Amino acid sequence: MTVATKSIEEVQNDIIEDFDLLDGDRESTIFYIMELGQELPPLDEKFMVDENLIKGCQSKVWLTTDFIDGKVIFQSDSNTDITKGLISLLIRVLNGRSPQEIINADLFFFDKIGMNGVIGSQRSNGFASMIKQMKFYALAYSAKN
Amino acid sequence: MIDVEQLRSEFPILSTEVNGHPLVYFDNAATNQKPKVVTDALTEYYDGYNSNVHRGAHALADKATQEFERTRELIKDFINSPKTEQVIFTKGTTEGINLVANTFGRANITEGDEIIVSTMEHHSNIVPWQMIAQEKGAVVRPIPITDEGEIIFEEFEKMLSDKVKIVSVVHASNALGTINPIEKIIEKAHEVGAKVLVDGAQSAAHLPIDVQQLNCDFFVTSAHKMFGPTGMGFLYGKEDILNDMPPFLGGGEMIKEVSFDGTTFNTLPYKFEAGTPNIADTVAFAKALEFINKYGKENIAAHEIALLEYATEKLTSEIPSAKIIGQAKNKVSVLSFVIENIHNYDIGMMLDARGIAVRTGHHCTQPLMARYNLEGTVRASFSVYNTFEEVDKFIEALKRIVKMFG
Ligand SMILES: Cc1ncc(COP(=O)(O)O)c(C=O)c1O
Repeated sequence: MTVATKSIEEVQNDIIEDFDLLDGDRESTIFYIMELGQELPPLDEKFMVDENLIKGCQSKVWLTTDFIDGKVIFQSDSNTDITKGLISLLIRVLNGRSPQEIINADLFFFDKIGMNGVIGSQRSNGFASMIKQMKFYALAYSAKN
Repeated sequence: MIDVEQLRSEFPILSTEVNGHPLVYFDNAATNQKPKVVTDALTEYYDGYNSNVHRGAHALADKATQEFERTRELIKDFINSPKTEQVIFTKGTTEGINLVANTFGRANITEGDEIIVSTMEHHSNIVPWQMIAQEKGAVVRPIPITDEGEIIFEEFEKMLSDKVKIVSVVHASNALGTINPIEKIIEKAHEVGAKVLVDGAQSAAHLPIDVQQLNCDFFVTSAHKMFGPTGMGFLYGKEDILNDMPPFLGGGEMIKEVSFDGTTFNTLPYKFEAGTPNIADTVAFAKALEFINKYGKENIAAHEIALLEYATEKLTSEIPSAKIIGQAKNKVSVLSFVIENIHNYDIGMMLDARGIAVRTGHHCTQPLMARYNLEGTVRASFSVYNTFEEVDKFIEALKRIVKMFG
């Protein structure tokens, strides 16, 4: 299990630094995101069901969660590598956090790396839906706690 | 032979850059680009003689009406319609099909009747028929197709009976490129008394269209796929059928006389043209038709097919993990394909990063995608202004993508 050692803000700053190395080159950025996507461990087939699909994404995105020792663990997959790459960034930031941390998280890295301009408005909306769904799970766990 | 470089210079957009690269526009089946004569015509109309048509008795109205009607004349010749009145302006293919479904369909389709379409139809040639079928208790039946993407003609023949009121098929498929044997389909459908609508969205600018020789009952298309403006198109229909059809929209221009005791309708084509029409785009469409006539449709098609063959050969030989969807013998210049292990959206985005515009996804043909068990394809569609060098760039970009992610 992932236990987060850095703060949400620190991880986001790490991501921004990684993307800075790409010098804003569009093609390199897309290739890098796809590589991240290919590195994301695939989701067990049994979770790839309609109930786990996130609404509002153009591509298919499945999201499941676990709640272990007060921390939320996300697992996710998609049928496209670019979307998987975007998810993997969110997982890197939010996995292993308490529900309250996730609910309060200010996710600024997406704007800072200029992702909106790279992936276009439709996918950006999909990205917003992913965040919403992750926060929604966190809210549900915090209510249970 | 067309001088492609010279022709390209008529299209300002072709010398723009996208994402730091010269634009390579391969999304022509969605909409093609406009030569400057067409966009100039829009400003000339608004700046020079903007006025409502058929109404005002003044010089501008007269000029607007003349230009507007001149487009109808040009269309008449373009498709060899017997009469000008048989050309009805619409906002495109979709409206043309809806008009026929709502008027001819509503008047002639009854419970238990059948409407035949094909598996490769665009949603706009499925949904209007489903709507009328549901209202009337009729059924919509698709003609099956082969793995190569061709209509199975024997199956179509078996589907024919006196229950079939209309056969509505695409002339050339936007998702596969397949050119359907429309003459044979029309002939067979007429034998059982069915009428035939031809969806000419992908054929009007690429294939010879002679509605009298085809003997189709309806032909619909969109101007924006013919170098013309968006939101503009036309419906051709046989005169007696159009005369028998009830009107579609009610309003100004489509009436002869209105009183609260009853209303009489105008004659063709005005009966189907309620309200102030899209005058500017209609006028500009004339310039698009003249553009096609100037270069010659056969010459345009010859260049497009050469590009298709070149791209098909290169894709097949240089990217073995690509699979072409749509391998009919007769095709318009549409190259649809999938690549193993890489999603079509991702390919589209990576090509876009290099300024190459293609379409990805289901192309508004979900039943067709289901037939091939696909979520979507990558579609490159070529127009007369595209070049062999552009195809090379496209193949190079794909090779790079496959090398990294395939
Ligand atoms: C075969 C076919 N039919 C119908 C349409 C719909 O045309 P429009 O959106 O211009 O009404 C299209 C456009 O993509 C098409 O390719």
